[in-house]
Amino acid sequence: MSKILAVAEQRGGAIRSVSHEVLTAARTVAGSVGADVHAALIGPAAIGSLAADLGRFGAATVHVAADDAFAAYSGDAFAATLAEHIRDAGYWAVFFPASAMGKDLAPRVAARLDLPLATDATALDVDNGELVIERPILAGRAFARLTIDAPTRLVSLRPNTFRAQDHAAAATVQTMAATASSDDRRAVITDVTAAASGNLDVAEAPIIISGGRGMKGPENWHLLEALRDALGARAALGASRAVVDAGWRPHGEQVGQTGKTVSPNLYFAVAISGAMQHLAGMRSSGTIVAINKDPDAPIFKVADYGIVGDVHDVLPALTAAITALENT
Amino acid sequence: MKIAVCLKRVPDTESRIRIADDGRSIDPAGIKYVVGPYDEFALEAALRLKEAAGEGEVVVISVGEAASAEQLRAGLAMGADRAVLLKGQPGMDGLATAKALAAELRDMQADLIMTGIKATDHDQQQIGPMLATLLGIPSITVVAAMEVADGKVKAHREIEGGVEHVEAPLPALVAITKQGFNPRLASLKGIMAAKKKPFEEKEAQLGTDRIRLIALAYPPERPEGRIVGNGADAVPELVRLLREEARVI
Ligand SMILES: Cc1cc2nc3c(=O)[nH]c(=O)nc-3n(C[C@H](O)[C@H](O)[C@H](O)COP(=O)(O)OP(=O)(O)OC[C@H]3O[C@@H](n4cnc5c(N)ncnc54)[C@H](O)[C@@H]3O)c2cc1C
Ligand SMILES: Nc1ncnc2c1ncn2[C@@H]1O[C@H](COP(=O)(O)O)[C@@H](O)[C@H]1O
Repeated sequence: MSKILAVAEQRGGAIRSVSHEVLTAARTVAGSVGADVHAALIGPAAIGSLAADLGRFGAATVHVAADDAFAAYSGDAFAATLAEHIRDAGYWAVFFPASAMGKDLAPRVAARLDLPLATDATALDVDNGELVIERPILAGRAFARLTIDAPTRLVSLRPNTFRAQDHAAAATVQTMAATASSDDRRAVITDVTAAASGNLDVAEAPIIISGGRGMKGPENWHLLEALRDALGARAALGASRAVVDAGWRPHGEQVGQTGKTVSPNLYFAVAISGAMQHLAGMRSSGTIVAINKDPDAPIFKVADYGIVGDVHDVLPALTAAITALENT
Repeated sequence: MKIAVCLKRVPDTESRIRIADDGRSIDPAGIKYVVGPYDEFALEAALRLKEAAGEGEVVVISVGEAASAEQLRAGLAMGADRAVLLKGQPGMDGLATAKALAAELRDMQADLIMTGIKATDHDQQQIGPMLATLLGIPSITVVAAMEVADGKVKAHREIEGGVEHVEAPLPALVAITKQGFNPRLASLKGIMAAKKKPFEEKEAQLGTDRIRLIALAYPPERPEGRIVGNGADAVPELVRLLREEARVI
């Protein structure tokens, strides 16, 4: 029986939810091609106990490299361990999350194994027994359908795009050898600082509230923060490039061509005009809401719902209405 | 200090994209080509390092067809010292391109290799770390700020909700994201000087491209939206729609 490997991700001792999405996608494809689903998890010694959690999303076997040397992420050390595990194991496909970690890790694994890699896939299909991958190009201005000509198909999957589904089953846990050498540890993390905003990452948040130049200044961001807080832990703040260039918000929050490409369930574009480069980063969002005082702003062309009005008027009312809703 | 910057010729972000009649490529008619925006950030970062060190050489290198000479010249005009064009057609398989870059860079003995995080045509975001792996050097991706001192590169790497402080001994590769690296405009003097700078051309030793493009398609059209209303009065109706129609809150 062929096998598909889902690379799981943990941070701070907890499995990240993208792992469940990748596993669910692996299980769906495995169902079409008749494969077993495996998962791989790398992290500090304590993560051994988390392996069972991956069974819940469909892994029959979980390969765990649990070692305190893996407490901090190291691209090359993680890649060395994974590549040695994948080499000769006969996987038909390996799926990574296209998260910050996966985007760094997957190309390193690919180069070590001399295998091509398709990144940031938004859909997977099986056609005539072959894996067909759909991925955006040109910042979402076109989509490419492609196949990979290799015995093991390496693909990273865009977060928030493949829905995670529970699948109660027990996983067999196996130890994966830690094969990193000292050369693999030349790049070292000396510190990690949390973003000042404590913001959930825009690339993964199911709800995004983005502010534009029309907010007039960082002193007005409390209006957006209040809406985010009313929407709860699933919401993150985003920004247009004009805002980032002005230094009002960090680049990590920028949405668009030279920022992040996002597809949340719900996207609020607040005082954003809707320039092509901004639209490129958010047009595949589920539902788009625009708030802008200019009825002719191009953002209204892509928004499902728009309110023409001033942010100082609309945002407090919206925050109050959503707070009332969450409290009922 | 010797710094190699990898840059690619890509369509301008403003250009209207039309899928060609073969259904598998972008129609080049009417497209303006530029240096990849992130590659420009990388070049800016490289030029600043050279300026801070007060010495060194910045080499721009590209895998592409003959027309990519235009983007390499733009790099020279910004301030790079020499250019290398590896002639060939890079496809979607970044590993094939990384092999061509590695073949050239293996003997160049650059202290630092810089790339953008991604080329904004195929958006694969993979060549930087692939190239470093092929060359057997350490690499740091998604770098928003950096400095070089005592034979080491120290960088800020953007991750979800935070920043990793990473350091690596030279030679190393860094893949640059935007943050502080707003690229300078080439001066007239720079443009003139670029014409006299060394420009080397050779065949690219591309690896086999193992990604088969089946078809390109336009993104699904979004259905026509609607204006719910004006000002705060429209809020109750918006909330109702989000809850009952879109079912997202
Ligand atoms: C190479 C390149 C890459 C780029 N990449 C990106 C990118 O990644 N992301 C990005 O966003 N942009 C990007 N841009 C920039 C883009 O072209 C626009 O300049 C930018 O998106 C504009 O930001 P904005 O909508 O916030 O500002 P503006 O276009 O100035 O719009 C402000 C809006 O606020 C509205 N407004 C003003 N006051 C109020 C009020 N009180 N209440 C309600 N509404 C109000 C106005 O009507 C207006 O529509 C890029 C450009 C280039 C050339
Ligand atoms: N054809 C190319 N020639 C030179 N450098 C390239 C080429 N393609 C990509 N790069 C570099 O690799 C980075 C990542 O590209 P990619 O992995 O294709 O998204 C880019 O920002 C460039 O710095």
